[in-house]
Amino acid sequence: MEFFKIRRTIPFMRYALVFNIISAITFLLAVFFLATKHLNLSIEFTGGTLIEVGYQHAADVDAVRRTLDRAGYKAEVQNFGSSRELLIRMHLEKNQSSADLSQKVIQILRDQDKSAELRRVEFVGPQVGSELVNYGSLALLVTAVGIVLYLWMRFEWRFGLSGIIANLHDVVIILGFFAFFQWEFSLPVLAAVLAVLGYSVNESVVVFDRVRENFRKMRKASTAEVIDSAITGVISRTIITHLCTQMMVTTMLLFGGQALHYFALALTIGILFGIYSSVLVASPLVMWLGARREQFVKPTRRAGRDEHEGAVV
Amino acid sequence: MNRYPTWGYALIALAVIAAFLYTLPNFFGESPAVQVSSGKATIKVDAGVLARAEEALSKAGIAYTGAVLDQTSVRVRFADTDTQLKARDLVDRALNPDAGNPSYIVALNLLPASPNWLSAMHALPMYLGLDLRGGVHFLLQVDMQAAITKRLESMAADLRTSLREKNVRHGGITREGQTLRVRFRDQATRDAARNAMLDSFPDLAVIEREDGQDLLLVSSLKPEAVKRTQEYALRQNITTLHNRINELGVAEPVIQQQGLDRVVVQLPGVQDTAKAKDILGRTASLEIRMVAEEHMNPAALDAGAKGQPPFGTEYFVERNGQPLLVRRQVVLTGDRLTDAQPGFDNQTNEPAVHLRLDGQGARIFQEVTRENVNKRMAILLIEKGKGEVITAPVIRSEIPGGRVQISGRMTTTEANDVALLLRAGSLAAPMEIIEERTVGPSLGRDNIEKGFKATSSGFLAIVVFMSLYYTLFGVISSLALAVNLLLLVALLSLLQATLTLPGIAAIALTLGMAIDANVLINERIREELRGGATPQAAIHAGYERAWATILDSNVTTFIVGISLLMVPGAVRGFAVVHCLGILTSMFSAVVVSRAIVNLVYGHRRRVGRLFIGNTAWK
Repeated sequence: MEFFKIRRTIPFMRYALVFNIISAITFLLAVFFLATKHLNLSIEFTGGTLIEVGYQHAADVDAVRRTLDRAGYKAEVQNFGSSRELLIRMHLEKNQSSADLSQKVIQILRDQDKSAELRRVEFVGPQVGSELVNYGSLALLVTAVGIVLYLWMRFEWRFGLSGIIANLHDVVIILGFFAFFQWEFSLPVLAAVLAVLGYSVNESVVVFDRVRENFRKMRKASTAEVIDSAITGVISRTIITHLCTQMMVTTMLLFGGQALHYFALALTIGILFGIYSSVLVASPLVMWLGARREQFVKPTRRAGRDEHEGAVV
Repeated sequence: MNRYPTWGYALIALAVIAAFLYTLPNFFGESPAVQVSSGKATIKVDAGVLARAEEALSKAGIAYTGAVLDQTSVRVRFADTDTQLKARDLVDRALNPDAGNPSYIVALNLLPASPNWLSAMHALPMYLGLDLRGGVHFLLQVDMQAAITKRLESMAADLRTSLREKNVRHGGITREGQTLRVRFRDQATRDAARNAMLDSFPDLAVIEREDGQDLLLVSSLKPEAVKRTQEYALRQNITTLHNRINELGVAEPVIQQQGLDRVVVQLPGVQDTAKAKDILGRTASLEIRMVAEEHMNPAALDAGAKGQPPFGTEYFVERNGQPLLVRRQVVLTGDRLTDAQPGFDNQTNEPAVHLRLDGQGARIFQEVTRENVNKRMAILLIEKGKGEVITAPVIRSEIPGGRVQISGRMTTTEANDVALLLRAGSLAAPMEIIEERTVGPSLGRDNIEKGFKATSSGFLAIVVFMSLYYTLFGVISSLALAVNLLLLVALLSLLQATLTLPGIAAIALTLGMAIDANVLINERIREELRGGATPQAAIHAGYERAWATILDSNVTTFIVGISLLMVPGAVRGFAVVHCLGILTSMFSAVVVSRAIVNLVYGHRRRVGRLFIGNTAWK
């Protein structure tokens, strides 16, 4: 079996401006939604109480809401996974002993309906939540800085810069999706976002490797031609790899249940935009930044270097 | 060109076999077991307990499949839950003759059902996280300010006593915030007090201040003393928690320090959070009372044993079996105790426990001992409203200074235990629950099933696709992926890592990303073939050239794994699996798949064509 029988180089760079404009618009939209609608942070970050309750039969969301309201609790109640499960979310209240809140709530629900079964409670105090926000941001920062340094070392600065711009643009777009649809942003989602960041940087590295190799091989070609042939050369591998990863992520989305839902969703968006950005955003950026053959075939840089050093795929 | 030396194949085969063996225990599931652990800090679980449990079982004719003794407990395995339940009651009766006051905790538990030879080579299943097995997780914050305040309060009392003993007249000792202020009328007394304080209170830093007419000595705890106080408070709270959780009968509790002022408590299988919280927050206390000497006659003791002790007394049995009648009136409580350390008697060199009382406690103690020479006092530990006599020594003489020594009829171990018990009786500083996670057992089971289903079907999809797309090379890639999974699970089991749902997600994701290496290799081989290379050269070049890119891609993923390790909480399980997965995938995708390819093609003299799918485009 063979999907790709590409005999001619595809002129990707002819449409470079179009790709960059599309990216810029999506990026700005994502930033806009992040700024106006904000992320729907899970209680792990904000602090609060989350109670998952299972019933023998379809749960009456309105009745539960009314009951809790009467008891004086401000709670968001929604179905979770199936009609028999409910998720009750409560924010931190100043003058409420949060430690035994969950017990009181489950008691009220049991009084209302005997079949109510406590499936999960999460309580996060304010100090833990704010710490987690710090740690999460720190992890994102360390990842970004680590990757920039790595690309810087591995390539020319133009490549490092384009690579990180392209891939952080992925991250912002994933976050934009989460803000727009108000999907819950939890710790596993953060892990997915960071995993995607590493994954698509890897994608850019493969393309950049080829670009560098082609700069050395194709002595008379223009920068655009070199990049076109590099992308054409690796496009089959890019798509097969992403297809395989996406297969795994899709099964997680289908069978993984509610707990893995948003994790898999973040990965899906990340993988789709990862292909696009690392190939069609990073490469034009490299071109705009003025990458040229001379930067790779300088005698000093070449001295003692193997023709095949670095990745060639 | 495409051959590994024989020892190379042997080494790879060995690694795969070892991985298989260490993965194996995860498939046996768990068998019902009964776990016996100590119910009191003074009682140790040893070989004798194991023998008693085994004897009780064999007498009743209950078959068990294994019995082991580890550091803190005895565990007996059974074939099914019915036998387990019967055995629990039986063992409970055999070990705890007095049901109202159990010495041992006999709890139901699950033990890995893997055969003994696997356990003997330390091949144990992965530990399942609370989100997979159900249970409670608490994060408790220790109020360190309160610990320091408490310490300062007790020092203020000591200081008062000390200054009075030295006849230094002061105008009052007060605690303001984290400092102690002592007032004086004139310079001379202040100097005397200052010297006294420097002598007997090395933990205090003293500064001189003036406040209008008054001369002041402002003292605060030195930084190292603050640190010591905090460490002591945390250690004591952890000890106390240990003792209390033991009573819950939880099979494998986790009680760990986190950071400088936090304690993590995980109770697998516990559903009743209300009870758990109650027990964690409860205070056990020490009480010193007088033995009712006038009633210590056989008749009164017999009546006491039957539950009718004389008026105003309570009936207890000492740890050596001696019955005892103790007055209800409490002389001193544990609040007055500032420290308890094991040690030795200065004169007889017998093992002893040294207690330190605070100022007021010392005064009361001195008074009581003066009036009761040659009588016995009982030291009791009150827990769950029930008291236990730890020791009932005879008072030889008046004891001043708040330094009390309990000795006689004690071994060194017992002295240690009593000291620990006295220290562990109450919390050194209040604690607050700042994080709680409860997962019901049904949700835990759901999570395992879903995680397993997602991973296995994703794995299958990749295998089918790779085998169709790259034919034989796809099958080889799939084999390598299977080895990757095997190695990863084996490594996690070997490290006794805790598997959580994010961990399962990370396994799935690692597999989905690890196939990239084989795609890179296979695509490169195809390209070489298209470029006109011979099959052997194409294989060689494909592996050689893809290697650098594979390394590259793993570096970026590794950076992510490392930065995720910094984030506490649920993501850490993800990060650990992610990092380990990168290591195993590099080995399996490159070395193992190459070895299989070498075995298939490397030893043939002529290779007609490679089964890597259609590479002819023209």
